[in-house]
Amino acid sequence: MSRQSNRTTDNKKMNSELFTLTYGALVTQLCKDYENDEEVNKQLDKMGYNIGVRLIEDFLARSSVGRCHDFRETADVIAKVAFKMYLGITPSVTNWSPAGDEFSLILESNPLVDFVELPDNHNTLIYSNLLCGVLRGALEMVVQMAVDVRFAQDTLRGDSVTEIRMKFIKRIEENLPAGDE
Amino acid sequence: MADEALFQFLHNELIQYVNNAESGENENGRCVSKLENIGFRVGQGLIERFTKDTARFKDELDVMKFICKDFWTCVFKKQIDNLRTNHQGIYVLQDNKFRLLTQLSAGKQYLEHSPKYLAFTCGLVRGGLYNLGVKSIVTAEVSVMPACKFQVMIQKM
Repeated sequence: MSRQSNRTTDNKKMNSELFTLTYGALVTQLCKDYENDEEVNKQLDKMGYNIGVRLIEDFLARSSVGRCHDFRETADVIAKVAFKMYLGITPSVTNWSPAGDEFSLILESNPLVDFVELPDNHNTLIYSNLLCGVLRGALEMVVQMAVDVRFAQDTLRGDSVTEIRMKFIKRIEENLPAGDE
Repeated sequence: MADEALFQFLHNELIQYVNNAESGENENGRCVSKLENIGFRVGQGLIERFTKDTARFKDELDVMKFICKDFWTCVFKKQIDNLRTNHQGIYVLQDNKFRLLTQLSAGKQYLEHSPKYLAFTCGLVRGGLYNLGVKSIVTAEVSVMPACKFQVMIQKM
């Protein structure tokens, strides 16, 4: 049958489209349920966080990355391994702050927004805010790192690239049982 | 690429969210229908992307076979294990190891929660069929995890 011909090559793309479309349907639902965009942003971040704390286990199991020795290394792993593995893109790491505690991930393309156009009445919606939550949750859970993550630029709002700004806040120590390490 | 895991995580969050948002009386029914509607939208979009280069379908059965093989493989990484029909518009699709249930304990403990984990997929199938010109009602049932049966009832237009 002619229908079967290009199936295998399509498979991967289809699966990421499933994710993209499902995410879109979720955001749509949130916009219906909540009155304002801030609430939606907050909810997306929360859901992302929940995903992040689970995703990191999956990530460590799949990838064979070892312990990162500094924030720069962490940044590289996030960009080159994690983003590549889950979203199929490799953002570039730039704009380091002089103190080395803050950097930007520049996404040339963002698979989450493949089929998206923001309507005029949602101009404060941070569509891909889930990503911030995922990053925050993942780093907090296993790597014990508190970070601040936010979107600095977004192609959906007319910027030329999508930029995620990550700021290191502190190492979380209190979870360690006494006498450990 | 491991985005399949990502979809599963998102799916779980989706259920969690809708479940919390609909916590009132009659909650389960509304939760399920909301998830079903979300799935419907996704199914509509997905099938359009998926079939744009494929040949025209011969008949209803051909469409169902496509759903069981290509569509299912794409979304759930395996084919439907068994497709049965009474040739009068009812199809039963059986998946012996349904992907979205494999993360749940196989015992009876969470059996009552299974409708929530199947609603999105019911919608996905209904949406897909709808955009291929087949109007249907899709329901699902589980007797032993993680196997489940989807029943598609074609509505004559």
